Amino acid sequence: MSNSPLTPGVVPGRLPAEAIAGNFSDHEAPLDAHEARVAADRCYFCHDAPCMTACPTSIDIPLFIRQIATGTPDAAARTILSQNILGGMCARVCPTETLCEEVCVREVAEGKPVEIGRLQRFATDTLMAKGVHPFARAAATGRKVAVVGAGPAGLAAAHRLAMKGHDVVIFDARPKAGGLNEYGIAQYKSTNDFAQAEVEWLLKIGGITVRTGVALGKGVTLAELQKDFDAVFLGMGLAGVNALRAPGEELSGVRPAVDFIAELRQAKDKSVLPIGRDVVVIGGGMTAVDAAVQSKLLGAQNVTIVYRRGQEKMSASGYEQEHATSAGVRIITNAAPVAVHQAGAAMEVEFAYTVDGPDGMTSTGETFRLRADQVFKAIGQTLSGAPEGLALAGGKIAVTGAGRTSVPGVWAGGDCAAGGEDLTVTAVAEGRDAAEDIHAALMAKQ
Amino acid sequence: MADLTSNFIGIKSPNPFWLASAPPTDKEYNVRRAFDAGWGGVVWKTLGSEGPPIVNVSGPRYGAIWGADRRLLGLNNIELITDRPLSVNLEEIRRVKKDYPDRALVISLMVPCDEESWKDILMRIEDTGADGVELNFGCPHGMAERGMGSAVGQVPEYIEMVTAWVKHYSKMPCIVKLTPNVTSILPPAMAAKRGGADAVSLINTIKSVTNVDLDSFSPFPMIDGKGSHGGYCGPAVKPIALNMVGEIARHAETRGLPISGIGGVTTWRDAAEFLAMGAGNVQVCTAAMTYGFKIVQEMISGLSQYLDEKGMRLYQLVGRAVPNFVEWQDLNLNYVTKAQIDQDACIKCGRCYAACEDTSHQAIAMSPERIFTVKDDECVACNLCVNVCPVENCITMVEMPKGATDPRTGRVVSDYANWTTHPNNPSAQAAE
Ligand SMILES: Cc1cc2nc3c(=O)[nH]c(=O)nc-3n(C[C@H](O)[C@H](O)[C@H](O)COP(=O)(O)OP(=O)(O)OC[C@H]3O[C@@H](n4cnc5c(N)ncnc54)[C@H](O)[C@@H]3O)c2cc1C
Ligand SMILES: Cc1cc2nc3c(=O)[nH]c(=O)nc-3n(C[C@H](O)[C@H](O)[C@H](O)COP(=O)(O)O)c2cc1C
Ligand code: SF4
Repeated sequence: MSNSPLTPGVVPGRLPAEAIAGNFSDHEAPLDAHEARVAADRCYFCHDAPCMTACPTSIDIPLFIRQIATGTPDAAARTILSQNILGGMCARVCPTETLCEEVCVREVAEGKPVEIGRLQRFATDTLMAKGVHPFARAAATGRKVAVVGAGPAGLAAAHRLAMKGHDVVIFDARPKAGGLNEYGIAQYKSTNDFAQAEVEWLLKIGGITVRTGVALGKGVTLAELQKDFDAVFLGMGLAGVNALRAPGEELSGVRPAVDFIAELRQAKDKSVLPIGRDVVVIGGGMTAVDAAVQSKLLGAQNVTIVYRRGQEKMSASGYEQEHATSAGVRIITNAAPVAVHQAGAAMEVEFAYTVDGPDGMTSTGETFRLRADQVFKAIGQTLSGAPEGLALAGGKIAVTGAGRTSVPGVWAGGDCAAGGEDLTVTAVAEGRDAAEDIHAALMAKQ
Repeated sequence: MADLTSNFIGIKSPNPFWLASAPPTDKEYNVRRAFDAGWGGVVWKTLGSEGPPIVNVSGPRYGAIWGADRRLLGLNNIELITDRPLSVNLEEIRRVKKDYPDRALVISLMVPCDEESWKDILMRIEDTGADGVELNFGCPHGMAERGMGSAVGQVPEYIEMVTAWVKHYSKMPCIVKLTPNVTSILPPAMAAKRGGADAVSLINTIKSVTNVDLDSFSPFPMIDGKGSHGGYCGPAVKPIALNMVGEIARHAETRGLPISGIGGVTTWRDAAEFLAMGAGNVQVCTAAMTYGFKIVQEMISGLSQYLDEKGMRLYQLVGRAVPNFVEWQDLNLNYVTKAQIDQDACIKCGRCYAACEDTSHQAIAMSPERIFTVKDDECVACNLCVNVCPVENCITMVEMPKGATDPRTGRVVSDYANWTTHPNNPSAQAAE
């Protein structure tokens, strides 16, 4: 007999295979040419546009939208990609509701922003569908740069460095390049293996060698990189996860949400992925929302996000929260995990209610329990495997200026570096800017 | 990226996009910002004679027409030529040209219609370093009442006479800017050519009143309860300008006379169309006034992409459409098309149906499920449905192949034949 959302335990195929496949297809359909024309027409071509300021990579949004409006999406793509080489992925994953679209004058005036993200996707998809790589390398400089991590930060840095004429080698611990684009972003935001397609397209610039399965600290050391290369860029993200620090955390049904998501992203056929009837996700950010929503899309019956502080403190945007609740996820706030108990084949997670007061968060003493076949921890990632000798700030690599670490010749950017929001687009901006700084440093040392 | 470098009557600029003589080119501050934004050249705001400068109104100078979403489609103005002292303008021109030697800087002039006035102004501008002069025979308001601007441009003899003076007293390349406020653009263009003009530019603005205030009963722009006609420009005037440019480009007597195309250029596409219709470069005013100087970036990227895609050089685009710009009587009457509605693209608004059923040829059928289809036996291929459809390329015109039978007329589609040989034409010559 086939499984359903009501089947007890952790089982695959709670929904028909086609339903699951449909659930993980494009969350937001791409615009067709007519829709793009209509959407582009709404842009006012504002002066010193607020959207452009809000974009961490400062894409010239009014210009690219005008280029779409005048029937030249390829030129629009060039405008986007010259600032943000992962403009295709960012178009899919950026929380535009808290970035460009939040400050669009039409959002402010009418509550309906110009659909910047979707237009950006229209332009970049058009260009990439032609297999065109619009940038060429400058004359070779003879300099070599090592990049650690093939996530958005590393890829953006590598591309900009290659474009400036340097030779780049990227080292990544994982078997595939892309970082969280490949292993973390929700499946329905990045369909049809887009992350790999984008990496392939990006590498067409030439001059970049990718060595996967090589970890800094395991296969190679910073000292070696410093010896063999003229500069090093660290874009290693946050490979560790925070612990719950609650008894029962070691139970086998309790896992980091990012591991669950990575597994889900790598599964070609989602209908073979086992999922619990009752799933509890602990955390309040984008990772919590993604783990919860995707559990639901796999057919879990009851999915609950539990966050220890008030709703206004959740780092998932209002839009993301709404996305979760409309997928059928329940969100409980002001409840902190106390313990995870084994309860027969399943578990029970015990929470204590909390209040946010002037002296911080305190427990009210009142507790409750949620049944769970699976518990996903989404309470933040941590820097792990950073080389010794680098100054840290707030648990991340300390940087000044455009990603300069405390060690000369070593730059860092993206999630692993202190400062900036942990977003794909921020990682791209930091990688790009560090590359410019590396280039300036290398050329000054002629 | 295609090479957009332009050489217009010996005046070089990095691209063929110039700002027309108007507020965007009124002073040093503007022009520097325009050059920094990427404009290839400017025609400085029209200068008048030495002496107390003219005075502008201190109330509204502009009226406008808008499309959906308040998109500005047409602008009307009652501004006069520069209201700043000649010496200040000349000093600024000198400085700007020195700092931007690679950009085109042309001075627009309008002085009274006598030889002394023209001789005097030409001497004064000689050492500014400017690349050329443009004679403003175009402004249809204010200055025309004083015998200048379009008052000159409407009299071919005056155009010829003044142009000849300018060519006599100055070595600078001379562009004559024409007014569209004439029944035919050809006599003024011919007169400019006879006078020795190196080029013509067109169009200047069209006499207009944009609206009437229904409370004060004043035409707009309203100055203290009264309004006078202004000059119309912007996207709305492009069709008028394109026709005039094309007429000059194709006429035997004016063919080959360089043309600077002006009137409603807003996107790269508009510019490319002017070039194809025979303009050697384009000038822009309203688009810059509506969106700021930055729009030139879209014009540059768009034109360059287009040329790349066509594998064409800029000069090869110029005039490309002129041989195809013919008289009505030369059109092929045996060319038959039918409208076709793409059912996947159709959003079922029914505007094509209303247009065809109410005002045309009752050639569109509407089913109870709101499926709209063309009746080939009624469709005269007028294109109205295409034009009123809100979805681009949803309705298209499909050519009937030779040998097919037109279900409307029952006639077989045959070879080219035009009105001059048509049996219904009383003065038709028998076809050979
Ligand atoms: C579940 C989840 C969902 C998210 N959703 C969004 C979203 O929708 N929108 C958004 O903007 N952001 C989202 N983010 C955040 C975003 O993915 C990150 O901010 C971004 O990927 C950071 O890029 P990065 O290059 O710094 O790091 P990463 O993408 O983490 O890449 C780091 C790379 O370094 C490699 N690496 C790590 N350690 C080593 C080592 N020692 N040696 C060699 N290589 C190493 C890793 O394998 C990885 O490939 C999400 C994050 C998560 C976890
Ligand atoms: C406010 C305003 C002032 C203008 N002043 C001049 C002028 O001084 N001299 C001139 O030759 N043309 C003048 N023009 C006409 C423009 O140069 C141009 O020919 C016309 O606006 C058509 O181009 P457009 O559709 O791009 O605006 C003026 C136009 C406007 C809107
Ligand atoms: S644009 Fe507005 S603010 Fe500026 S001068 Fe004109 S009326 Fe005044």
